[in-house]
Amino acid sequence: MHAAKEKTAKSSDEIWELRLYVAGQTPKSLAAFANLKKICTEYLDGKYRIDVIDLLENPQLGRGDQILAIPTLVRNLPEPIKKIIGDLSNTEKVLVGLDIRPRSNP
Amino acid sequence: MKRAFKKLTKRQLGNGASRSRAPRHEQLEKAPTGIQGLDEITFGGLPKGRPTLICGSAGCGKTLMGVEFLVRGAMEYGEPGVLMAFEETEAELAKNVASLGYDLYDLIEKKKLIIDYVHVERSEIEEAGEYDLEGLFIRLGLAIDSIGAKRVVLDTIEAIFSGFPNANILRAELRRLFRWLKTKGVTAVITGERGEGALTRHGLEEYVSDCVILLDHRVNDQMSTRRLRVVKYRGSLHGTNEYPFLIDEEGISVLPVTSLGLDHKISFERVSSGVQRLDAMLGGGYYRGSTILVSGTAGTGKSSMAGHFAEAACRAGERCLYVASEESPDQIMRNMHSIGIDLAGWVKKGLLKFDAERPNIYGLEMHLLRIHKLISQYQPPAVVLDPITNYLAVGDQLEVKSMLIRLIDFLKSKGITAVFTSLTHGGDAMEGTVIGVSSLIDTWLLLRDIESNGERNRGLYVIKSRGMAHSNQIREFLLTSKGAQLLDVYLGAEGVLTGSARVAQEAKETAAAILRQQEIERRQRELDRKRAALDAQIAALRASYEVESQELEMGLAEERLREEKLAADRLDMARIRRADDENGRWKSKNNRKQS
Repeated sequence: MHAAKEKTAKSSDEIWELRLYVAGQTPKSLAAFANLKKICTEYLDGKYRIDVIDLLENPQLGRGDQILAIPTLVRNLPEPIKKIIGDLSNTEKVLVGLDIRPRSNP
Repeated sequence: MKRAFKKLTKRQLGNGASRSRAPRHEQLEKAPTGIQGLDEITFGGLPKGRPTLICGSAGCGKTLMGVEFLVRGAMEYGEPGVLMAFEETEAELAKNVASLGYDLYDLIEKKKLIIDYVHVERSEIEEAGEYDLEGLFIRLGLAIDSIGAKRVVLDTIEAIFSGFPNANILRAELRRLFRWLKTKGVTAVITGERGEGALTRHGLEEYVSDCVILLDHRVNDQMSTRRLRVVKYRGSLHGTNEYPFLIDEEGISVLPVTSLGLDHKISFERVSSGVQRLDAMLGGGYYRGSTILVSGTAGTGKSSMAGHFAEAACRAGERCLYVASEESPDQIMRNMHSIGIDLAGWVKKGLLKFDAERPNIYGLEMHLLRIHKLISQYQPPAVVLDPITNYLAVGDQLEVKSMLIRLIDFLKSKGITAVFTSLTHGGDAMEGTVIGVSSLIDTWLLLRDIESNGERNRGLYVIKSRGMAHSNQIREFLLTSKGAQLLDVYLGAEGVLTGSARVAQEAKETAAAILRQQEIERRQRELDRKRAALDAQIAALRASYEVESQELEMGLAEERLREEKLAADRLDMARIRRADDENGRWKSKNNRKQS
């Protein structure tokens, strides 16, 4: 499941670089990945890339992004860096957190 | 197993604490902190393999204690450590503790220490659903495993409460974290910020219940004092009081003063007071290890007595620590020089060490701690505190007394002879000390002014001196260019005579003595004369007797001659008369023939 890459060709110049930190295939991790994929497909229209990093396998990678909570989704691009923690089950919050939907708009 | 242990704990803490102060190592393994004094209070250190909470308000030294625990562990006990810092970066920490002589980078290079700076930025984080802190666990686990760490410090883990909004998850995760740390077998120190009405802001004490140490930084009358208290320590005895601690260039030192008992060894050895006649008054000097108080009003020569004592110690080849709280060392040395005591020479030889500081600089505890430290470093058999009354500037009488009790206990436990000077004011009762420490003192000398004939003269009394026969007399105390001298005072109908009155009395006595001498001589002469007269008389009598006896003898001889002549004459007469004798016979043929 890690290093999975999803790409859908669509007319835009900006690619969303997303990184999902997990620790083993826990129910929360699996749910987070499923939720993320769903949101990306629905809202990002193929202009995204997801890196899944399993800290159980590469524990040293957690340090760079200051990962404490699992699962954590990090938006590397577009800047600024954003972090969303949790299993991403709350779609509204994910959209707001990723700046896909403005905060003020319900 | 755990329940059994808890029971034991309760019993231990319930009745054991006061009965026995001996550490019982077998019941709980401990990780020594290496922090001066803390290991004494905790009887060996922090619980090994368990988490300990160090809490306190901002700036009380939590982080430093954590860092020192790690650094000493790595350097002195061969236990590598991990510092997970939530508030300061590696560079900041290294810089902060460099002033204490710790080189964190060196330890990091030698793989004895890992500093992991964890940064939690609330504004970057959005919460969307369920999560846990597995990332933190993994990260910490990685750090621990990479150097085989035995010690972990989490400073200050409560920072994550500001980073993550869901307190419920955090609490559950913290509980899991501390359990996990136990299973890892690391001795952990968790620092926590002091909260309102609770030990920590987020109630960490609920989770870390093996050992809780509270640090405090109090300011009383503009004096700040740091204190430490072991709030709880499961399965172990511990000192329960508040102990002052100090952060200086050598890190933290805690003063476990009140743990001292009254079981110090005593000595019969005497040490000189530096004043010969005083030694004689005390029957040989002060006892080694005793505490001497020299009290008196201003200018009575208290410091001089202290100076004498210091000099005598140095002269005997012993080190002496002179804690001055009123005058600078130079001033003391100059003043002592004027009465013939050369302290500067001993300072140069390294036998005398001055420590001069205004009491107002620190709180009492800090003074105590500093003296404690100085003594531990310098190991002097003699200590002078001049004067103790100045400490009243930073504490009330009760506090100063308690400080002095602790100091005296400490000095006695080390067998150190100490001279304290105490200033009494004119209006005070002479035989009371401002601080009320007299009962703690072994030998108490009182210097006082004796006013008479428009003069003030110094008098010295030995008010008490435990365990030795001492003179009960007042001595006049003179400060001369050759040091302090004690003189007998005159006691008479007019009371104690000192100064010029004493001199006058001395002259009077000298005159009287001369008169008496003259009288004796005169009588002697008279006797001699009488004897001579008598002898002459005897000689004259004897001479007249001789004459008389000669005359008598001559008379006698004449008489005898005359008698003989008469007898002869009678015979002749008889012959002539042919007389017979009374018997009618012829006297003799011879007679006839003759005739």
